[in-house]
Amino acid sequence: MAGNKVKRLIQGNEACAEGALYAGCRFFGGYPITPSTEIAEILSVRLPRVGGKFIQMEDEIASIAAITGASLAGLKSLTATSGPGFSLKQEGIGYACLAEVPCVIVNVMRGGPSTGYPTGPSQSDVMQAKWGTHGDHPVVALVPSTVPEILSETVRAFNLAEEYRTPVFILYDEIVGHMREAVTLPEPGELEIIDRAKPTCAPEEYHPYDTNYDVPPLAAYGEGYRFHITGLNHREDGFPTNDSALIEEGIKRIIDKIEKNKDKILKNEEYLVDGADIVVFAFGSSARSARFAVNKAREKGIKAGLLKPLTLWPFPEETVRKAAKGAKAIIVPEMNLGQIIYEVERCAKGVEVAGINRVDGEPINPAQILEAIEKFS
Amino acid sequence: MSATTAAKKKLSVPFDYDKYLRPGKLPHIWCPGCGHGIVLKSLLRAIDKSGLTKDEICMVSGIGCSSRTPGYVDFNTLHTLHGRALAYATGVKLAKPELNVIIVTGDGDALAIGGNHFIHTCRRNIDMTILVYSNFIYGMTGGQFSPTTPVGALSNTSRYGNIEPVFDCCDLAKASGATFVARGTAYHTLELERTLLAAIKHKGTSVVEIIDECPVYYGRNNKFKSVTQMMEDIEKNGTVSVKQADKLPPEKVQGKLLRGILHQVERPEYCEGYEKLIAKAQGKG
Ligand SMILES: Cc1ncc(C[n+]2csc(CCOP(=O)(O)OP(=O)(O)O)c2C)c(N)n1
Ligand code: SF4
Repeated sequence: MAGNKVKRLIQGNEACAEGALYAGCRFFGGYPITPSTEIAEILSVRLPRVGGKFIQMEDEIASIAAITGASLAGLKSLTATSGPGFSLKQEGIGYACLAEVPCVIVNVMRGGPSTGYPTGPSQSDVMQAKWGTHGDHPVVALVPSTVPEILSETVRAFNLAEEYRTPVFILYDEIVGHMREAVTLPEPGELEIIDRAKPTCAPEEYHPYDTNYDVPPLAAYGEGYRFHITGLNHREDGFPTNDSALIEEGIKRIIDKIEKNKDKILKNEEYLVDGADIVVFAFGSSARSARFAVNKAREKGIKAGLLKPLTLWPFPEETVRKAAKGAKAIIVPEMNLGQIIYEVERCAKGVEVAGINRVDGEPINPAQILEAIEKFS
Repeated sequence: MSATTAAKKKLSVPFDYDKYLRPGKLPHIWCPGCGHGIVLKSLLRAIDKSGLTKDEICMVSGIGCSSRTPGYVDFNTLHTLHGRALAYATGVKLAKPELNVIIVTGDGDALAIGGNHFIHTCRRNIDMTILVYSNFIYGMTGGQFSPTTPVGALSNTSRYGNIEPVFDCCDLAKASGATFVARGTAYHTLELERTLLAAIKHKGTSVVEIIDECPVYYGRNNKFKSVTQMMEDIEKNGTVSVKQADKLPPEKVQGKLLRGILHQVERPEYCEGYEKLIAKAQGKG
């Protein structure tokens, strides 16, 4: 009964672990790193209770590799890390993109580059998420800004990974990761859970990259489908190819499967954006400050609004274009020296776009955003 | 019956390799004289003797000439990244312990870029069989020195003679905790078959270093006249079986690599340990 639901005060990283378990995650491979470590600690306790597996690997390269292997053996799999670990995982992320292996990668963003500021928040890995691994590849990245959102977006990340057979990132800054908020834990059946499509054809007819599908069904190892997976460009039967037409077709297909389904993957929250003169485009903890600033501006009679993406990649181009129409300015606060602002500019031609940036390990505060709103109003 | 007649008798039974090869995937990429194909034949015969079905086997590899093996065989197969085969394999095995996981990896793949995964896989003693193809060179990238290239040997990146000491793959595996450690060669095919069968049957991490040859890069760089000369000098005369070694005077064993099972012990296996952990977490332990 809804009225009996338990509200719990939990940390962002705890919400991520709860979301993963709810989504059916049964394998975690990771290596400890601040500020993401709580996810590993919690899952080391909780996964075996539901018959799942937790393994602390020797490094982050091994972690992304292990979750990819586990996913191919049929388990929904997760790894969680932070800046330096995210850098190490990049080659393995590209492998999972090309081999089309569903998995979820959490990056709790801390200050960088290098070891940087391990305990300080940052939003400076958003472009790395998009371009970090070499080669053209699809990217799906979700950016929750509250603790309840971390839970629901983690569930959504698993659903998207399974539905589109691709790695999905969850990116949030240390502030949201370590903040505590009240969360109502969803009951079984309350949130939709998607499982990957499995083949129904005879094993001899199975092609892991069957071009009759946008997203081909994925068999699991050990279930009678003796298929081949490689990180080389491959044909639809999974074996390597040097055929230039097939190489291009394969790369385009993994990108198109996301592009074509953008409507289903994108998710935004629009707060007072309709008819707003000043639109703030903000995600993660910056969106929290932005909402506060927008409210303050409204009190002062300024028509300000907040556009908060929950899916950052693919980029919500149409939504930004629409919000830019009729707006005087778009403000982009981000805890980096200007990354997402270029995406916004690209979609908001002719409108003033201004960034608010800091990389001192401190959050962007509402006063900074309010000041910018007032300046452009 | 002498050992040679026994060997002849075994050879006289034609072995149906096609049963384990994927139709339409040959010819393979390996150069004429490369040892990798010979090793594959011993491996397939060992698998056949193991009684495992094709569905029960998952073969995982990294990147390199040897790592192309999974593409040719009719098992669950996974060709991964350079050096990372063991980490991918660990994920597969822990997720589905009922699979029999066999890893094919080159000396560069396993001991250089994958060295960290190698020692930690051995330490965990997860039930997998690791074949390290030692050909003293990076074959796939065209002949650069590897962690097994002998001191003084020539390669495309050691034109003045290699100055780096070698890793002894078997010593490394044993020190890291592998519970089955053996060495074979592409020259001693029947012995290799027996060694591989014992490795597959062993519960825990089994490491088999297989000395084979890359005539194209190691051979040419080091002035071997033929593949036969390479195999005789390195694999036949450069090694001695552990059984013979005991009977030979020390000077005949000196400087030679030992073949056969070098180390076998019992120690708790990782996946079984994890099942116990699950029982404990669920209050049943
Ligand atoms: C990260 C990365 N670095 C380098 C390479 C290039 N590379 C491919 S195979 C290989 C070495 C292969 O040698 P080995 O593992 O000994 O196997 P062999 O080809 O001799 O069988 C290298 C360096 C790569 N594929 N990936
Ligand atoms: S380059 Fe060397 S290792 Fe590679 S296939 Fe040719 S002979 Fe074998």
